[in-house]
Amino acid sequence: MSEPTILVLGVGNILLGDEGAGVKVVDLLEERYRFSDQVEFVDGGTAGLELLSCLDDKQHVIIIDAILGAEPPGTIKKMVLDNAPAFFQNRISPHQLGLAEMLSCAAMTDSLPDHISLYGIIPESLETGLELTQTVAAAVEKISRQVLDDLQILGVEIAKRQQRVSA
Amino acid sequence: MAKRIVVDPITRIEGHLRIECEIDKGHVSKAWSSGTMWRGIELILQGKDPREAWLYTQRICGVCTTVHAIASVRAVENALGLEVPMNAQHIRNIIIAAHGIFDHIVHFYHLSALDWVDIVSATKADAKATAALAAKLSPWPNNSAQEFKNVQDRLKKFVATGQLGVFASGYWGHPAMKLTPEVNLLATAHYFQALDYQRKINKVVAILGSKTPHIQNLAVGGVANPINPDSQSTLTVERLYYIKTLIDEVGDFIKNVYQIDVAAIGGFYADWTGYGAGVTNYLSVPEFPQDTKGESFALPGGYIPNKDLGAFQAISTFNDSYFSDNVKESHKHAYYKGDANLHPWQGETDPDFTGFQDDGKYSWVKAPTFQGKPAQVGPLANVLAMYVAGHKPTIDYTSKVLELAGSIAGSKLGLDVLHSTIGRHAARAVRAGVLHDTVVAEWDALIANIDRGDYATFNEPVFPKGEIQGVGFHEAPRGVLSHWVVIEDGKIKNYQCVVPSTWNAGPRNDKDELGPYEASLLGNPVADPENPLEVLRTIHSFDPCLACAIHLFDPKRNELVKVRTNV
Repeated sequence: MSEPTILVLGVGNILLGDEGAGVKVVDLLEERYRFSDQVEFVDGGTAGLELLSCLDDKQHVIIIDAILGAEPPGTIKKMVLDNAPAFFQNRISPHQLGLAEMLSCAAMTDSLPDHISLYGIIPESLETGLELTQTVAAAVEKISRQVLDDLQILGVEIAKRQQRVSA
Repeated sequence: MAKRIVVDPITRIEGHLRIECEIDKGHVSKAWSSGTMWRGIELILQGKDPREAWLYTQRICGVCTTVHAIASVRAVENALGLEVPMNAQHIRNIIIAAHGIFDHIVHFYHLSALDWVDIVSATKADAKATAALAAKLSPWPNNSAQEFKNVQDRLKKFVATGQLGVFASGYWGHPAMKLTPEVNLLATAHYFQALDYQRKINKVVAILGSKTPHIQNLAVGGVANPINPDSQSTLTVERLYYIKTLIDEVGDFIKNVYQIDVAAIGGFYADWTGYGAGVTNYLSVPEFPQDTKGESFALPGGYIPNKDLGAFQAISTFNDSYFSDNVKESHKHAYYKGDANLHPWQGETDPDFTGFQDDGKYSWVKAPTFQGKPAQVGPLANVLAMYVAGHKPTIDYTSKVLELAGSIAGSKLGLDVLHSTIGRHAARAVRAGVLHDTVVAEWDALIANIDRGDYATFNEPVFPKGEIQGVGFHEAPRGVLSHWVVIEDGKIKNYQCVVPSTWNAGPRNDKDELGPYEASLLGNPVADPENPLEVLRTIHSFDPCLACAIHLFDPKRNELVKVRTNV
């Protein structure tokens, strides 16, 4: 098996309501689909440098995160990041320090992947709790479909998982 | 007249910490440590299945995922009186030690070296002279003039493009920076090398824990790693030997690079052994259980009051009431209702935000006490406990670091210098060496146990009707972590986490005594109040990680002000 070249990285804190939206996208995709070997899914939580090794051998990285912004909650912003380390230096989410650090270190050690894109979701509520708001849950479904499209364009084979039959 | 400065947030840490100081005649005369986020994990866990608590607690923090998972399963096992199979103890121990090594390396090189090392100055160094200096300090093979030249070229490129990235928050050219360009280059080269070694040791955690940053292999009652020496899908001998190679490589880095660099920087900044002692009641707990019940441990821990090593009292088992009876948390100066001082099993999490009040409430962090006193936790507390308990590797590594630092400083340095800002770095480097010896020993023990034909990794927990309570403690990279759980009819009734940064970053307690961060800042020099690098040096030396001390992003104070000074 060759090393995966595509990384789908969901970040955020699942304890803080919509803050965990990025992680939920990764969970949802892994739960519903099987993917060919060139893609790796990582639930990054709010980690930083621990994630550095996930970037090894990657050409494409898709990051999904809750971001701050003036748009209404549930808005999805897709951005292609030409200079990802600099982008995350600006404050866009409560745990951005970790991401900024990881990407800067990757840049300094010449292991920064060529293509990095970000799906940002504007959260509605960051109250303590495990559930997403309905608004953001709908956005998570929408982003999941967009990520599937992105992966298909990159040549990933995708198959639906069998529904689990309960005993 | 005293000048008031506010550093908010403290950079290069996880979570949000605000430090306020009064500076009088160039020194800190008053200090407040304030956590500006609120922690709500306790509320989420009420009513949940105790077997799943660890899955949530490891989300408290992005840096300390593993440690909250470990403390949580231990708390529930303690409540049940549940034994843990030896293989599971060894696998957990390897994960704990590897994670600790990861943390210590990252803390020194990536989170705090920039307080002491001026990377812009490193661009002016002579690579050959750097190599000659390095050769005097260590046999490390990656200290060649060519290596230093490469690092310097890379650094010049960054400086030229203005893309300092992670280096952007450093205080270049500050008058408190004292290293020569060559020493700065040496440390910068090791900053880059450390990135590779932290990856290697983190891979050990990932392989055993199935995933990183959130390990998947824990269970109340053991671990979920099936062991079968012949099956590809389980923990195989081949994978275990791969882990061993990673462990060995990292050991060389710790002993030939990390410990040497800390000793050298400590020697060059020997004046910093005179600042930052703060609270010198030291608390640590024993770690690396060597039996199924948690009654014997590889590394000692305990309490040292008022830096009196002779008064050390060991904490000896997971059930030792000397620990569980003596911990309380005060709300008097924290944003929770009332001014109660409660045992964690009775702990309350009822927020009451008042705004910053110098003499009233000013932090989301509660103030924990041990026997009614504030206590410093962390590698320094742990190293002092291990030292006084006669732990040989601790004594040896401590002597090595102190001797080298002394030879550079040109004076003999005794154990006493460890009670300081720079001493906390030295202790962390000592502890990294001890952890490495431990991870090797645990690996050997796991292999030997499997060789004996023992493949057990899990004991099924059974929850009784009625109420039970337990505490799980863990000597985490930042110090004593304890989770306190009350379970009723198999569901969580109360859950409190008393985390290392609560101990260290806590505000004044019920008797208005200062917390360790606050006390350690008193008397610190501050050459330039607009650029209080010295404050950062002392705070960073604790390895602050505030995400778990307190949790929620505080919407009322979310502006990012780097340093604000008020006259």
